Amino acid sequence: MSSRIIGIDLGTTNSLVAYVDEATGLPRVIPDADGRPLLPSVVAFTPDGIVVGEPARRQLARRPADTVYSVKRLMGRGFEDVKDEARYLPFRILAGEGLVRLAVGGREVTPPEVSAVVLKALKERAERHFGESVEKAVVTVPAYFNDAQRQATKDAGRIAGLDVVRIVNEPTAASLAYGLHRLSEGVVAVYDLGGGTFDVSILRVKDGVFEVLATNGDTHLGGDDFDRVLALWLLEDIAARHHTELDRDCVDLARDPEAMQELRLAAEAAKIRLSSEERTTLTLPFAGFTYRREMTRADLERLVEPLVGRTLGPCRRALADAGLSAADIDEVVLVGGSTRVPLVRRRVQELFGKTPHSQLNPDEVVALGAAVQAHILAGGITNMLLLDVTPLSLGIESLGGIVNVLIPRNTTIPTSAREMFTTSADGQTLVDLHVLQGERELAKDCRSLGRFELRIDPMPAGMPKIEVTFLIDANGILQVQAKEQRTDKEDSFTYAEADVETRMLIEARNEADTVLVHAGRALKQGAHLVDVAERAAIETAVAALRAARAGDDRDRIHEATTAVNRATEHLAEVLMDAALKGALGSRRATEILGER
Amino acid sequence: MFGLPRKLAVDSAELQRRFYALAREHHPDFHQAAPAEERARIEATSALVNAAYRTLRDPIARVEYLVRLEEGRETKEGDIDKPKAPPALLQEMFEIQEALAEARSEAAKGALGETTRATLAEQRESLRARLKDEETRLAGPLSARWDSAAPAERPAILAAFKEALATRAYLRTVIADLTETLDSDTETLSGETDSGIEGRHGSAEAPRTRGGMGGHIGAPHQ
Repeated sequence: MSSRIIGIDLGTTNSLVAYVDEATGLPRVIPDADGRPLLPSVVAFTPDGIVVGEPARRQLARRPADTVYSVKRLMGRGFEDVKDEARYLPFRILAGEGLVRLAVGGREVTPPEVSAVVLKALKERAERHFGESVEKAVVTVPAYFNDAQRQATKDAGRIAGLDVVRIVNEPTAASLAYGLHRLSEGVVAVYDLGGGTFDVSILRVKDGVFEVLATNGDTHLGGDDFDRVLALWLLEDIAARHHTELDRDCVDLARDPEAMQELRLAAEAAKIRLSSEERTTLTLPFAGFTYRREMTRADLERLVEPLVGRTLGPCRRALADAGLSAADIDEVVLVGGSTRVPLVRRRVQELFGKTPHSQLNPDEVVALGAAVQAHILAGGITNMLLLDVTPLSLGIESLGGIVNVLIPRNTTIPTSAREMFTTSADGQTLVDLHVLQGERELAKDCRSLGRFELRIDPMPAGMPKIEVTFLIDANGILQVQAKEQRTDKEDSFTYAEADVETRMLIEARNEADTVLVHAGRALKQGAHLVDVAERAAIETAVAALRAARAGDDRDRIHEATTAVNRATEHLAEVLMDAALKGALGSRRATEILGER
Repeated sequence: MFGLPRKLAVDSAELQRRFYALAREHHPDFHQAAPAEERARIEATSALVNAAYRTLRDPIARVEYLVRLEEGRETKEGDIDKPKAPPALLQEMFEIQEALAEARSEAAKGALGETTRATLAEQRESLRARLKDEETRLAGPLSARWDSAAPAERPAILAAFKEALATRAYLRTVIADLTETLDSDTETLSGETDSGIEGRHGSAEAPRTRGGMGGHIGAPHQ
């Protein structure tokens, strides 16, 4: 088995895979067969199968309801978290408890499953490049991702068949890529504005150690939002200028997903052109009329100014948390495609009073940094070390709904914290531990990471000594342990572990469903082509799978699925033979296939 | 752990240098190939190194840690003295809290009056200045006194530390309260802090509570 570790930037808009070239010691992005480094993070669920990347991106306007983009914004989130932006997404997000699910292409999928399709494509790209299998990866996430979002990213890797050996924060990864050659020692601010998320990290670089001092951000702010305000502005303009045609044809563009998707793509393209040009012309053909208008960079800047302004607060908070002022920053690094917008550059320069670095391609720098971290983990680099922090405070809900913080934000990880709690009622036998992440004082305003109950022996109030231990690993993922010291009763959990089980069970069931449909179809079409014994064997296997599918045992479902596949193997062959006979005479399908 | 003299005055550049060296030695990144058990041990050590640095680099956290160390040594479990702030301060803070309560009910009816707002803001500024003074005194002269004190003088300085830390805690709480009222007077404040929690704590069987035992963050046992 290969010990090679690849670096992956799983982006909102585009994803990349990179590795460190042994010969030069430099990180490189692996392009696809056509030489393109970026893989659009778009997945289309078509009747002919799942399509990913550029072909999927081309489906965006044609099949808006079945083509998923920007799924990163949904990772690790519940319906309540995303319902506002769900209105703008052309694919269906299912309402419900727990993590969000999408209904696309006639099936239900989770955001990690969609991301897994992207990861798998990158894994295969790397395998083609190296000519060997690749099983391990470092995957980047926004620094401001919470525990649930990190877990969801790890899950995506697992579904794609990748062991995610490390989750790295994107701005820190970028600093590693720059750090190889371009940064001198000092304090660095990394401003990372991507397609869907914004991060800022302040680091001290010294003696090969990259110590993150503070991090801040907004996981719901990025280029997508620029596109959206621009698209909505265009929508209003179209409605104002072409209301006659629209009324005549009874068209409501806002309710037409295809038109809205066209509009969004046109807005994105115009935004990109306006980064290098002062003015541009938009031409959008609609049924019955063509919309055409000229737009200037000033128009765009007026629209996105409030969004750019929203990035400055996190920058100031990160500085304050690091105990520094803007004047203490030695270098500024720009990361993410949205930092190509001239207004963004201006605002960053004003805030830090420095001309930002942008020698490395802002689309690639995170992947390059992930490759560097991968190389460190593989033992290829020993003089560099990244010391990252946990972006959000972690605590336990205590009496009165107040959050009792055990690990404050911007604590260097790995880290652990221990605190004693006790009970407030006599004879209490259940202690409810509610783990929270966030900066607000009240539990209800923070993100709930999970609850678990510790059973204890009844004692008078205040007597039990419950020791709660938090451990955050180098991935920024939390593990919680609780122990009643007088009786040694103990319990622990890693957030979302149970959830992963549930999701994997759902995946197993989905796979079972697909196989059952195929088997059913094969039996219907080809029952007369096989003998009674074989038919009986297939029917038995199908019945066993149906029974397994009704239960909760994932392994059993997998086994039963494999059994059905095996039982129908011959029938499928016979069917294919029969189908080919018409066109190719009497040669057996296996012979034909064997000739390739 | 860092091989530095056990004093409150710490050479921060030297501390940082030694921290980087220790972090390198014990970071999980360089022990990926180790067996799971070994990796868990390294992770724990790494967490300890990080926590120790976090405590030692901040002069106030250093004092807090020292107090815990000394208390742990001298007192039996359970009868740790509750830190006490000077009575005059308590009286003063109480008065501010009363004024705040009035301001809150004013805000609940409508917006804060201009004069009330100005008074509260002024109070906050003066408290902030006092907090800063208190922190400077703790980290500066008080810490220096400890470092040069004879063992017999230490209990008195320890008591002064505790008083200063308690004063600081009170000041911070009241400043936070003031800020909350000043910042959110456009929202309705009345009962906001109490409502919504009822449901969560409704079950009679499992009210959860924090103990008065106040544990501490990964105490570095060097």
